[in-house]
Amino acid sequence: MITDSPPVKSSSAMRRRSLVIEGVIVVAISLLILFGAPQFLTAIGQEFRINMLGRFMALAIVALGIDLIWGYTGMLSLGHGIFFSLGGYALAMFLQLQLPEGQLPEFFTLFGVDKLPWFWQPFHSLPFTLMAIVFIPATIAGLLGYLVFRNRIRGVYFSILTQASLIVFFNFFNSQQKLINGTNGLKTDTTKIFGVYAGSDQAQSVFYTLTVLFLVLAYFLCRWLTSGRLGRLLIAIRDDESRVRFSGYDPTGFKVLVFAVSAGLAGMAGALYTVQSGIISPKTMDIAFSIEMVIWVAVGGRASLIGAILGALIVNFARSILTEQFPEIWLFFQGALFLVVVTVLPGGFIGWLRNEGQELFRSLIGRPRRVMTYPSLSEDPEVEYERQNLRN
Amino acid sequence: MLTSLLDGLFDGISIGSVLLLAALGLAIVFGLMGVINMAHGELMMIGAYTTFVVQNAFKSFGQPWFGAYIFVALICAFFVTALLGLILEKGVIRHLYGRPLETLLATWGVSLILRQFVRSVSWVMVLGLGVFCVLYFGAMAILSRRPNVEKIRGWARTVLIPLSAGIAWSAGNMLGQTYQLAATKPWFGAQNVDVTAPGWLRKGIKLGTYQLPYVRLFILVLTIVCILGMYLFLQRSAWGLRIRAVTQNRSMSACLGIPTERVDALTFALGSGLAGVAGCAVSLLGSVGPNTGQNYIVDTFMVVVVGGVGKLVGSIVAAMAIGIANYMIGADALSPLVSWFPQLAAVLQFFANASMAKVLVFALIVTFLQFRPAGIFPQKGRMVDA
Repeated sequence: MITDSPPVKSSSAMRRRSLVIEGVIVVAISLLILFGAPQFLTAIGQEFRINMLGRFMALAIVALGIDLIWGYTGMLSLGHGIFFSLGGYALAMFLQLQLPEGQLPEFFTLFGVDKLPWFWQPFHSLPFTLMAIVFIPATIAGLLGYLVFRNRIRGVYFSILTQASLIVFFNFFNSQQKLINGTNGLKTDTTKIFGVYAGSDQAQSVFYTLTVLFLVLAYFLCRWLTSGRLGRLLIAIRDDESRVRFSGYDPTGFKVLVFAVSAGLAGMAGALYTVQSGIISPKTMDIAFSIEMVIWVAVGGRASLIGAILGALIVNFARSILTEQFPEIWLFFQGALFLVVVTVLPGGFIGWLRNEGQELFRSLIGRPRRVMTYPSLSEDPEVEYERQNLRN
Repeated sequence: MLTSLLDGLFDGISIGSVLLLAALGLAIVFGLMGVINMAHGELMMIGAYTTFVVQNAFKSFGQPWFGAYIFVALICAFFVTALLGLILEKGVIRHLYGRPLETLLATWGVSLILRQFVRSVSWVMVLGLGVFCVLYFGAMAILSRRPNVEKIRGWARTVLIPLSAGIAWSAGNMLGQTYQLAATKPWFGAQNVDVTAPGWLRKGIKLGTYQLPYVRLFILVLTIVCILGMYLFLQRSAWGLRIRAVTQNRSMSACLGIPTERVDALTFALGSGLAGVAGCAVSLLGSVGPNTGQNYIVDTFMVVVVGGVGKLVGSIVAAMAIGIANYMIGADALSPLVSWFPQLAAVLQFFANASMAKVLVFALIVTFLQFRPAGIFPQKGRMVDA
């Protein structure tokens, strides 16, 4: 009699062990970034890059969210700037209100507003703000997602709709001078938080630590979401949604959930980014910025969480260095990056490492190529050619 | 009140006609290949810049000829952008069929490159690009005659690309040093350029208190001509029949011997050419800059989404509806109508400017999609994923 319980047990034990190893590695890396990186950057005389690293790690949190919905669930959102900015605005509004009793933020007086608009009122309280940073974007994403997914709108249609909603939010925030200071945005570095200026070194190092902490938390959240049954279901939705529906699941709820979680992550990232860059303005709701978020994930590697983080960090550092050196050429590089990653490296950096990278390494140390089995048959150029010509 | 409503209606129609012209190419391509071309706006921009170049060329011919430049510009814009579209299809999009989301990202990359290209194009750059193309593609053409071409292709690419890029780069540098500013000065620069409409387009018809500008009429007529042309092409010509067949069922058409690859390339070129014509029309309305395309792109996407896939009628109705709704709400033409219901009028007044109108129109579109998720005139069929 054949029982398959022993192998299952051992594999779950092995999985637990590898999870523990992974946890240890992640914690070690985060400790290194937390304590090592500032020391190192100060030692080579590049202190300003510490702040940059902090900001880019905040962006890596958005990339994790995008990876959840694009890499795992297959929905390309071009509107994550909305959620990012909403989180940023929520925290910025709280910071703006850290004033003596009865005083209004400065810009209100410029536009002749003498009473605080109603939606500013709750931002006096810190707990509400902290909730709002995550839950306002998540709620809006959930609502939009429900309206869209319920009708099985997806693929390119979904991307276009998210982009259009991005434009809508941009227009709203950009044109409402009296409510949220319009184009100028809200400055946060000259405001006080717990009696310290948010732009001071002391506060900034706290924000840096918080960013690392939240990045690790976000990583574990995404890891947890994607490793279990939910993760497998998400991948199934990505690969063949109709089949998932025929199997008796309703993908709508799962898609809404993932979209909301990813928006919540974006909101958190927006808040962390805002306090470290000192300002939030409708510029973060640019079309270009939201599409860039997607390319970070694509560069790192879709459907791999580490890839998303790496991609966000690599692309942003490359961007900041290239724009310092050749301010005009960056757009060419960025365009080329989009083209090359999408056409030549569809798996991103991590995907390359998993396939071609391993082969390259094996051939370098004199080992034979691995045998092609069925999954790699689908990557055979000839089969691919046939499929393209007889699509469907 | 009636006249103001009529004015609003006409302005809405003329905005809608620009949208329609811009969306026409996008809609055809989307219907055929399921590909959203994010560079469509930039193709419009290239069309507008072509108009600018043609206009400058005609300035030297003097008055009677200058008035007619717009027709030459329309033709030039069509062919320049169609050629660009063809290159784009052959170079990038062909490799990404069946992966619409990746195509979207790739075309966004193209749009970034085109935007920066227009800003910094100069004689040095043109020469460099020319040298690179001649060297690289020439060498590849020579190599492709060899029998073992499949084996050495990867190897040849890794050697040839850096080699020809290096030669082109140094040739450009040398030219730049010899001729200095004359060769390195950007043609257009980052500022906007102005296209002057020919004299006979600058006036308008007086309709009571309202001035009906000829330019808007011209664009309306142009749109009608383009739609008629598209309709005749799709319904009466052999290639039109093939395009329609592939739009409906690609694999069946391929089985019946329709060259689907050529149909794709042709359609993409046609759609891009229409973008060029749209750009030419847009250049008559205001100044043209590297970011011109971005102003229209999202509205044109909305036209495609609302209109439904691959239907000319859908695009027409959607463009007109969105144009009129945008204008009516933005210009506050509707609130007098509902003066008997002050709350609604107040709401309408809150949305009464160009950017807030977009907010309301988007809300309306999302509501509309709740009832007709596949657009006004959906493709009929029995597919699961229609």
